[in-house]
Amino acid sequence: MKKRILSALMAAVMCLAAVGCGGNKPEGQTGETESVQRESVSEKKIGMILVGDENEGYTYAHIEGMRTAEVQNGLNDDNIIWKYSVPEDESCKEAAVDLVEQGCVAIFSNSYGHQTFMEEAAAEYPDVQFVSMTGDRAALSGLPNFSNAFTNVYESRFVSGVVAGMKVKELVEAGKLSAENMDGNKVKIGYVGAYPYAEVVSGYTAFFLGIQYIYPDVTMEVRYTNSWFDITAEAEAANALMADGCVIIGQHADSTGAPTAVQDANDKGKPVYSVGYNVDMLSVAPHAALTSATNVWSVYYNEAVKTILEGGKIPTDWSKGYADGAVAITKLGPDVAEGTSDKVDEVISAIKNGELKVFDAGSFTVGGKHLDSYHVDMNGNFSNEDPEDKEAIWDGYFHESELRSAPSFDIRIDGITELTAE
Amino acid sequence: MNEPLLRIVKNEAMSFKKKVLIRAVAVILALLVCGIVITLITGYNPVTVYVTMTQGAFGTKTRAWSTVKEMLMLSCIAIGLAPAFKMKFWNIGAEGQILVGGIVSAGCMIYLAKIGNAGLFILMFLLSALAGAVWAFLPALFKAKFNTNETLFTLMMNYVAIQLTSYFVAKWENPIGSNTVGVINQSGHEGWFPKICGSQYFISLIMVLVLAVFMHIYLKYTKHGYEIAVVGESENTARYAGISVTKVVIRTVLLSGAICGMAGFMAVAGASHTISTSTAGGRGFTAIIVAWLAKFDSATMILISLLLAFLESGSSEIASKCHLNDFASKIVIGIILFFILGSEFFINYKLIVGKKGEKK
Repeated sequence: MKKRILSALMAAVMCLAAVGCGGNKPEGQTGETESVQRESVSEKKIGMILVGDENEGYTYAHIEGMRTAEVQNGLNDDNIIWKYSVPEDESCKEAAVDLVEQGCVAIFSNSYGHQTFMEEAAAEYPDVQFVSMTGDRAALSGLPNFSNAFTNVYESRFVSGVVAGMKVKELVEAGKLSAENMDGNKVKIGYVGAYPYAEVVSGYTAFFLGIQYIYPDVTMEVRYTNSWFDITAEAEAANALMADGCVIIGQHADSTGAPTAVQDANDKGKPVYSVGYNVDMLSVAPHAALTSATNVWSVYYNEAVKTILEGGKIPTDWSKGYADGAVAITKLGPDVAEGTSDKVDEVISAIKNGELKVFDAGSFTVGGKHLDSYHVDMNGNFSNEDPEDKEAIWDGYFHESELRSAPSFDIRIDGITELTAE
Repeated sequence: MNEPLLRIVKNEAMSFKKKVLIRAVAVILALLVCGIVITLITGYNPVTVYVTMTQGAFGTKTRAWSTVKEMLMLSCIAIGLAPAFKMKFWNIGAEGQILVGGIVSAGCMIYLAKIGNAGLFILMFLLSALAGAVWAFLPALFKAKFNTNETLFTLMMNYVAIQLTSYFVAKWENPIGSNTVGVINQSGHEGWFPKICGSQYFISLIMVLVLAVFMHIYLKYTKHGYEIAVVGESENTARYAGISVTKVVIRTVLLSGAICGMAGFMAVAGASHTISTSTAGGRGFTAIIVAWLAKFDSATMILISLLLAFLESGSSEIASKCHLNDFASKIVIGIILFFILGSEFFINYKLIVGKKGEKK
């Protein structure tokens, strides 16, 4: 009896297995199904170490970027080896070594925490190029085969701030704000940040300056969640900020926690709106979401893959913005203020042709004074008074992402309060 | 006469051969069911998937060592948990004991890099064991003195350890604000296990083998081991036999915590060279399954750890090669574990269908 059941099961599996052999591969997750059949122009292999998978917005953007680069450079799926959900520990080093052993000539990792392990691998395999996206140690490490790359996302954050500023202006003019939304004559803005370091500081400052570009009388509170992805904590932070009267909730964290919370409050009649990050938030906040600041990673991956195929060296520090299409804001929501679209276009073209500097030294003060000098810590010792540390302010503005690709603007300017900073 | 259709009868004596046979059937059935699930969901040939898993876990030297590393971590913790669980002291706190051991090791690497590797290793080894022991001692003391519930106490100690780790990560973070400690002593490799036979995990391997042999002898052939067994079966019997339950509980839990602390040392010095709240990574809980399944037998614990490590590394390779989501491979792991755990039922009990059952 037992045996008969077993053999029946076996037969069933064999049949299914036979169907499986037909080679009906699953649909590619990113809609590039036709690329499976394409002939490739190269035998070279490229490795991708990803902190998440396609279900997580930040990593999804990187997958999309590399897939686009793959198609545009005439490669096919055999050229790229993917490692999903790689934690930020020695597993990253192991993944990198495994990719080298599979013949990869270049390996990218997409999370900051992968960096030290990528650096270790780079030191061991000098013939393979390693890129730690969003990292900041490439130049310091002195390794010729180790690079960093980051977009000038502060530009798109500034533009998303412009969108928010337009909304604030509209709300004030329509008399929709009450005393709880004001701090004196200033409108309260909220911001959900991940960690208190330069990347986040640079981001919220650009966002704040973008709002002030349209409506100068604002003040901003920043709450940290101490995590890049924590739906609950981000929602809680947004709720706390809204309870405090904040009208706009910006974010530098990867989940949909904040926009969802803002939409809830918006549904209850509160005048609150959300500006997201990485992905279009309209699906979770159809009315509250104004727009999101995003990176267009394909611009970088395209250039890098081209360099790899030509046998060249990937630049040690890469950072580009609107001028090269490497950053953008997502589709404007239905509730943005009138004229936002035109204003956005105007600001983007001003950024492109260099008329508008996001960190214009004349647009912010520290302790009531304008800065005419600021040294950026270049050797990673948290002091900015060493001979290696460089001056970042000249020609009247702070040169963000020019001395190295990762953001270095860590100045706490007037008008912004960090609430849970350590 | 009312006869139940199905009766479950405790199966006292089953031959070793039959036990092995039942387990083998369970594994085969698990693989078959996984095959059906994989085919239905994805359209992939299950054989391809299993081959990919094997390649992922053992395909190259690097991968094999990586799988072995995972196996060693799990075995080490399971060996640590075994004496406590055998005594029916539910030590759910391995996670925390690993973390405090890890913190102490990382601290030694950061502050004492100058004293040289030999001294550093001895210090890290001893201090991490001490830290783990202290972490386990508190719940043991309260259990022995006030009969508090050790399950809750050890579990809560995990959260304290996680917070403590966050504190030290913030203290040692590099660069500031990044919330990671980064690789410690990246240039000088002070406090890193040296490479032997081409792998830095070789020392961990020896460590775990020694621990396994020690634990086997300790539980099976020593007076302490016997006392643990008696206290586990019945505290009253132990008291009647003149065993000091308090002493045995505290002594055993100290040992359990110390070994878990050493696992933290192994994770930091032998593998990651950094510390974070995910250093233990849930292994403290997974190891409980390992210890139970193996019925606290050292060799079996190593085998089961190997199976789990194989499934883990294999599944990430499926994700990479077949573009299957990570979760799809976790389903496979779930099915296999379900069958293996289920097979224990058929080893301990037998089913009697309908009238064939003999009357009592």
